[in-house]
Amino acid sequence: MRYMILIHADEAAMANVPAETTYQMSAAYGAYTEALKKSGVWLAGDRLKPSQATTQVRMSNGKTNVLDGPYADTKEQLAGFYMIEAADIDTAIEWAARCPAASVGTVELRPIWEMAEYAAKAG
Amino acid sequence: MDERSRIARAAAERAARQSYGKLVAWLAARTRDVAGAEDALADAFAAALERWPSAGVPERPEAWLLAVARRRGVDTMRRRLTSEAARGHLQLVAEEAEARMANDELPDERLRLMFACAHPAIDTSVRAPLILQTILGFDAATIASAFLVSPATMGQRLVRAKARIRETGIPFRVPEKAELGDRLDAVLEATYATFAEGWSDPTGTDSRRRNLATEGIWLGRLVASLMPDEPEALGLLALMLFAEARRSARRGPDGEFVPLAEQDIALWDGDLIDEAEALLVRAAQEGIIGRYQLEAAVQSAHTARRRGGGTDWAAIRQLYDALLAVAGSPVVAINRAVAIAETEGATAGLAALYVLGDDKRLQDYQPYWAARAGLLARLGNIRQAAQSYDRAIGLERDPALRRFLQGEKAKLVGN
Repeated sequence: MRYMILIHADEAAMANVPAETTYQMSAAYGAYTEALKKSGVWLAGDRLKPSQATTQVRMSNGKTNVLDGPYADTKEQLAGFYMIEAADIDTAIEWAARCPAASVGTVELRPIWEMAEYAAKAG
Repeated sequence: MDERSRIARAAAERAARQSYGKLVAWLAARTRDVAGAEDALADAFAAALERWPSAGVPERPEAWLLAVARRRGVDTMRRRLTSEAARGHLQLVAEEAEARMANDELPDERLRLMFACAHPAIDTSVRAPLILQTILGFDAATIASAFLVSPATMGQRLVRAKARIRETGIPFRVPEKAELGDRLDAVLEATYATFAEGWSDPTGTDSRRRNLATEGIWLGRLVASLMPDEPEALGLLALMLFAEARRSARRGPDGEFVPLAEQDIALWDGDLIDEAEALLVRAAQEGIIGRYQLEAAVQSAHTARRRGGGTDWAAIRQLYDALLAVAGSPVVAINRAVAIAETEGATAGLAALYVLGDDKRLQDYQPYWAARAGLLARLGNIRQAAQSYDRAIGLERDPALRRFLQGEKAKLVGN
């Protein structure tokens, strides 16, 4: 099964940490990504720019509405993601627990809706 | 119903339930589709409960159920799962089943199913209901009435949990030794919750809830037989058997509450107590102590009266010390304070209770106030004891227990 690892972090708090901590975090993410790739579970993954760089887009009455800022105003913001291949939720949880964000923010695991399941539902 | 047909019915129900759970587990472990496995077997299970009491339990109950399920249910399942992959899979499952049935017994995969139902990714409150439904074939309405929620709510929770097993990718496997601890706890907790729900109806007037205690023991026996080397599985079964053994002594002839110390030991079930003792001895041989073994050991100490001795309070005190260390909770702490009162005197017991007084949860906890009242009364502090009894009485929902507490309070004031 494919799973999304969604990383949520408090941007305001992150902005205030000393440079040394930021450096250590980057190193931890580097090592984590490397571990994912080496074991062959890594499919994709990237860090997102801060939520203030977000643009919302909505269509209504044929017009494109563009808004500045994130969709939901929450304490923690979506900060990055990985997509991994795992046999089951236990394996996915193991990987999610190793993600550096699990110790400072919240890591969310979501299974991906595979094409084969669409076929089954449609029947 | 005469005695013979009642025995036949009980035997049929037992066999159907054994086979049903095994088949659901076996099918679901291959597809991760619990609801699909249940659908396939629903008609067959109903047919078995109807037919086996009169015709007798077939020689191969599982093969019988699967044959009926195939005739009645598989067509529906085929219609539902029309994707090529699913159809191929179903075919495989059916063929595999037939091949196995012809040769030997169905492998017992109920433990794997139980671990899936009690997975940490499944909400705690639905784990026990889910096990009751998948392993024992209970319908949502029966489970709902036992757990005191509406059938619609319970139905929704069960459907959601089954979808979650499939969609979240919850595995059907017994966890490896390293991670077994917490995961086994969840299975045992769900089993104990089943028993406890039934236990809370002491008079057994509500037959559905009383049955739940029986089902809890049944599940406990199943887990203990599938994991015979797990001391906590044995400990839990022992704990439930000790409690069950005293069921008929818990209420007097007029339905009044009888405290443990005043129970008529002639009403205790000696066979169940002996079985529980033997289980505890077996569990102890593994050399790993745990919550359920300790709680069962407390029960064992309480039944010492049966062998002519008094209740061994010193041992009980030590067991509660250990329990507080491995599974501390306000409930354990209260029981420990009562044991301290029995060994060191009411003042020491009351001191141990007062230390707990800061815990907000205890303000609404009846046993805390009852224990406090009892100890205050023993020390002659009538006014405060009466106040504590009032608190306890106001918090108790069971009328029999409430009447008992009122009686205790009346004795105080009467003096």
